[in-house]
Amino acid sequence: MATLVFIENADDELSQQAVAFARGLGDGVAAVAIQDAAGYAPAAWAQTLVDLAEQRSATAVVGPGTDRGNEVMAHVAAKLGQPMAANCTSVSPGDPATVIRMRWGGSLLEEAAIHGSPLLMTSAAHAVAAEPIADTETVPVTASASAADRVARVVERIPASTGGVSLADADVVVSGGRGVGSAEGFAIIEELAELLGGAVGCSRAVTSAGWRPHSDQVGQTGTKVSPEIYIACGISGATQHMAGCKGAKRLLAINPDGEASIFAAADYAVIGDLHEVVPAISAEIRKVRA
Amino acid sequence: MNILVSVKRVPLTGGKITLTEDERAIQTRHLGFTVSPHEECAAEEAIRLVEQHGGESVVLTLGPAEAEEQLRDMMAIGIDRGIHLVTDGEEWDPQATAAAILAAIGEDGTSYDLLLFGNESADAGNYQVAIRVAHALGLPCVTGVKAISVDGNTLRCEQEVPGGRDVYEVPMPAVVTVKEGINLPRYPSVPGRMRAKRKPLAGAAPAWSESKLEMRRLLLPEGSSKQAEVLGTGADAAPAVVQILQELGVM
Repeated sequence: MATLVFIENADDELSQQAVAFARGLGDGVAAVAIQDAAGYAPAAWAQTLVDLAEQRSATAVVGPGTDRGNEVMAHVAAKLGQPMAANCTSVSPGDPATVIRMRWGGSLLEEAAIHGSPLLMTSAAHAVAAEPIADTETVPVTASASAADRVARVVERIPASTGGVSLADADVVVSGGRGVGSAEGFAIIEELAELLGGAVGCSRAVTSAGWRPHSDQVGQTGTKVSPEIYIACGISGATQHMAGCKGAKRLLAINPDGEASIFAAADYAVIGDLHEVVPAISAEIRKVRA
Repeated sequence: MNILVSVKRVPLTGGKITLTEDERAIQTRHLGFTVSPHEECAAEEAIRLVEQHGGESVVLTLGPAEAEEQLRDMMAIGIDRGIHLVTDGEEWDPQATAAAILAAIGEDGTSYDLLLFGNESADAGNYQVAIRVAHALGLPCVTGVKAISVDGNTLRCEQEVPGGRDVYEVPMPAVVTVKEGINLPRYPSVPGRMRAKRKPLAGAAPAWSESKLEMRRLLLPEGSSKQAEVLGTGADAAPAVVQILQELGVM
């Protein structure tokens, strides 16, 4: 058995998880770190893995469950004409191998058989604990120079504008849903977030209504957050939204409907109208701090 | 420029997913359906690009007879015509899906400048159909795109990455997958819905091929139900909330 693991870099947590995941297939795991002075080119990186897989007679190639991991592995699969299973939470070797993989951003799982060789997979984020890559053979390789594979490549990086707390990294996220009622209604959400040094989030209903920019959206098709506490205000708890906030360590839900599905995922519940509850929390914080 | 957008019909799952008795599908008896979110944005982007640069926008889906609803929805917001690859409702794996789309592109005969897809479907999330299509056609592929601009024959695409945006410049024809947030899709107007009924819709019934990524059963994740501690009702709950915030060290 020989398994290659595509890693973004040795310090990347999801790449470390991919290495730990690959160990489930047995010994002989090698991590592949691709160097590319000319800029990321997904098809060229895939060709590098295809060449290495052939040289080493790899029985499996695994990538991290990141945008780049899924992209490079899909190119590998297309080049080899083999199936690829994205975002797997576990794998059982066999003929065929079977995997459990995420659907609906993790709100649903699927057991699937992979009828192909080599086995091509990505490991779902946070399905297994990261292990240091130092214990694993690491193969540094230079990306394939094939011109046809370098047509789509990164030619420029635009840095993110700095300032404010980033939603993905915030320790506190105060998030508003349809219950906020309007763009102006977010003033009280912003006030509480600011008092706590946190970021403002929202549900898909809110961005679809045009009340907030998509960059504020928490969810399966928005940002995935992992704060110490996630305060969900007037959010019903659709699976689309929960896929984005399930990484929160604690969840406080404020909703007038005691039957709202958000409460099934919450650690703390306040039954009530956010327009009364949120300003009261802000006032209480000021009182305690005074 | 001529643009083909591939979309998928998916259920509106709401708050709780329940499975059918054979555990091979979501129980959809009481659910509505929609176009998968990234793909709805791909359709909106196609409409905007054709508005700016001329040409034709075409929407394609591989799905059951009922998926005509989603094709008409996209034609109602401005897509010019549709291609429906009709299935018996069984889900096709990514390789079979890509093969069916490729055959339909050949059959259609239009010379497309841009093939647009969603970055991943909301339900299966396989992240690969577009890349397989691009590979088979020998076209460049850029994924996860949040902004597209056209300069002559070149597409400039911006992809969100940790720390900023990566820019790709590719010649057309090209394959691009987009993510929600690239635009805010318009709602269909009543006249738009009327026009959509008369827009051309081509149909084909591609032959099923065995899945190489074979779904065996669906499972609901464990431990998704907690017993929340009720801190109170209305504004009176504020002191208890602040106490929790202090305990968590986020004050």
